[in-house]
Amino acid sequence: MAWYIGRRLLQMIPVFLGATLLIYFMVFALAGDPIAALGGERGLNPAVAAQLREHYHLNQPFLVQYLLWLKGLLTFDFGTSFSGRPVRDVMAGAFPVTIQLAFVALFFEAVFGIAVGLVSGLRKGKLFDSTFLIVSLVVIAVPVFVIGFTMQFLVGVKLGWLPPTVGGNVNIRTLLMPGIVLGSVSFAYVLRLTRTSVAENMTADFVRTATAKGLTRRRVVTVHVLRNSLIPVVTFLGADLGGLMGGAIVTEGIFNIPGVGNTLYHAIQQSEAPTVVSMVTVLVMVYIFANLLVDLLYAALDPRIRYA
Amino acid sequence: MKIRRIGGLTAAIAVSALALAACSSSPSATTTTTAASGPSTGIVTVNGSEPQNPLIPTNTNETGGGKLLTLLFAGLVYYDAKGAPHNEVADSITTSDATTYTIKLKSGWKFTNGEPVTSKSFVDAWNYGAKLSNKQLSSYFFEGIQGFSYDADSDLTGLKIVDDSTFTVTLKQPEADFPLRLGYSAFYPLPSVAFKDMTAYGQDPIGDGPYMFKDASAWEHNVKADVVPNPGYIGDRKPMNGGVSVKFYTSQDAAYQDLLANNLDVDDAIPDSAFGVYKTDLGDRAVNQPAAIFQSFTIPQNLAHFTGAEGNLRRQAISLSIDRKTITDKIFQGTRTPAKDFTSPVIAGYNPNLTGSDVLDFNPTKAKDLWAQANAIAPWSGKFTIGYNADGGHQAWVDAVANSIKNTLGIDAEGSPYPTFKDLRTDITKRTIKGAFRTGWQADYPSLYNFLGPIYGTGAGSNDGDYSNPQVDALLKQGLAAKSVDAANKYFDQVQEILFKDLPAIPLWYSNVTGGYATTVTNVQFGWDSVPLYYAIKKA
Repeated sequence: MAWYIGRRLLQMIPVFLGATLLIYFMVFALAGDPIAALGGERGLNPAVAAQLREHYHLNQPFLVQYLLWLKGLLTFDFGTSFSGRPVRDVMAGAFPVTIQLAFVALFFEAVFGIAVGLVSGLRKGKLFDSTFLIVSLVVIAVPVFVIGFTMQFLVGVKLGWLPPTVGGNVNIRTLLMPGIVLGSVSFAYVLRLTRTSVAENMTADFVRTATAKGLTRRRVVTVHVLRNSLIPVVTFLGADLGGLMGGAIVTEGIFNIPGVGNTLYHAIQQSEAPTVVSMVTVLVMVYIFANLLVDLLYAALDPRIRYA
Repeated sequence: MKIRRIGGLTAAIAVSALALAACSSSPSATTTTTAASGPSTGIVTVNGSEPQNPLIPTNTNETGGGKLLTLLFAGLVYYDAKGAPHNEVADSITTSDATTYTIKLKSGWKFTNGEPVTSKSFVDAWNYGAKLSNKQLSSYFFEGIQGFSYDADSDLTGLKIVDDSTFTVTLKQPEADFPLRLGYSAFYPLPSVAFKDMTAYGQDPIGDGPYMFKDASAWEHNVKADVVPNPGYIGDRKPMNGGVSVKFYTSQDAAYQDLLANNLDVDDAIPDSAFGVYKTDLGDRAVNQPAAIFQSFTIPQNLAHFTGAEGNLRRQAISLSIDRKTITDKIFQGTRTPAKDFTSPVIAGYNPNLTGSDVLDFNPTKAKDLWAQANAIAPWSGKFTIGYNADGGHQAWVDAVANSIKNTLGIDAEGSPYPTFKDLRTDITKRTIKGAFRTGWQADYPSLYNFLGPIYGTGAGSNDGDYSNPQVDALLKQGLAAKSVDAANKYFDQVQEILFKDLPAIPLWYSNVTGGYATTVTNVQFGWDSVPLYYAIKKA
């Protein structure tokens, strides 16, 4: 087990280098001169622009820029943004917010998705099942920003139950609505995955055996059916965590959440390479760790899976 | 000019990059609501955006930072709601030849750390802002002062300290509207502590304005900035509230929802998605008034078919073929005003009836006729394009303008989108753009010259179309050397009459400032530069 984890961790080094190089190159290849936009419609004087370009190493070849960034990384210096803030500070401000948001979303989609999916799976074809099949279809079909704006207007403005935006007050109350919106699509997927998996396992041999042994229905469902049905769901949730953190751009924009998505969106717009690369790299790492965690969870869920 | 860049993927955000200048107003200016007399104690929450640069006056060229600087600093002059300058720290600004200015300061002004505001505070700050290696974004404001150089680091030799409360400014050439500029944020003074560590200062600036940062961590990045009244402030912009909390928004829609939910007191940017409903939503708390923002599209001077006599006819024809009234009504729901000149109605000296301004009317018959005359010189070929940045909500009007041209002249016309503002600017700066492109201008200071000199003077900083007309240059120079603003404006009117013939850019409309406020506040008025006069707002 320890050997397995160690090997997986070692594999992260080439992934890290490859990912950063690739992302750095993509930002570098973005059309347009980042300095050109700093002056607005007026434009910058060429002399001032040249000074700025030199300051941010933008006049250096791509590989030199990348190596300079890597060199800084050794001392935990992620570079500075165009606003003169260390990227480390920018990330330290944005990530905690997005992590909280992602967990609210993950909690919502996992708890409600699995619960509703389980009931649907057990009552396949009944009214409850059909209702939630339609609900999940609608949620998947409607773009997330439509759900976001509608909920914001109804719940936040018209009814006044929850604050319409988050801003500086990052807490469970303000994050509840954005979290539900962010997790809504995944909720639908989790629901459908669980439902299918449960329905399939209900007819499996080991379930029939368990029932034949005289176990209570409760025990059959929770221990035998649900536990085995969760494997695909856990895979999905693990992969989704990375997606929730990086993919919250739309939700963060609607609810004015000062998180990763918003920061990243602006950094990409301005071709701010150090910010983009550092943040995306952290996201890649989160993704890799989440995957590792999922793989380890398999072993816990299914005794037949062993790592050596 | 200050630029405004508000993002937000979900909604096409209206203004992508526009200028803005610092401002404020005298308490005697007209008010939009009545209020009980005497100051109030509530904290007013207003919308803003994360400053894109450290809060150093000479390095702030966008609205997010500009809004805070106006609260934190007092300059030599300030502008009232109508854009008229009033002395703030300055006691007098005098000149006999429009080249050398003697500036006397009032006594008793202090920075919030107790340091007195002296002539040195101004001279050092301006020298810092002008120095090339400091790479300040607003360094061009000091271009006109003797000693300024873009080639190497140099001192502004034109600045001379006479004593603690007097200094003189010598310009390279006469500029009559120089005093008008002094209210812009680039001209604010700096305390000596700033020069020890400018980076640290930019995070927690010490100013001499009506407000000051609540504490060292008052600026919460990407979240908000809180300012409280500066008890030592002795100017006219006396705070009438208990403080201002500027909340940073990345999308105008989010700010608007907060305004509707009474989570935000004052919003100065209604999203275009709400143009149709904001007047119903807000009633008499909705604000829609002209601003010092001029929108146009520029046709480069060297564009094929747009040079010489043929080009002149085509430029006229294109201008006459645009139905500005319908476009501003249908697409902008009346939040734009069709242009009548090259400046803005809020600027003193604005004249909507200049000779030749009829070229901005919608006149399809004349347009077709002129286009045919141009075809007689050289037949038209190809397609007419208008470049714009797709991240700024410009597509709707560009398409409408292109269609208007297409339908009137029967030629192929269309918008040419660039993914981001940055991409558009790159192509414009390199002069590689193939076609017309959108241009906008927001005044830095309330003067006709600011709309003309930087854009249409030969070789001027924002002359992106490379327009050059010796007559225009001469008139601009004469206007600058004039003895009074009124006399200067006579020359600027003549400049515009030439521009109506040459049409280096096709004027479209003036942007209005669209905003609103919640039931929680009173005495809300919007300034000439589209920013509400925050100090005057009352909240219980």
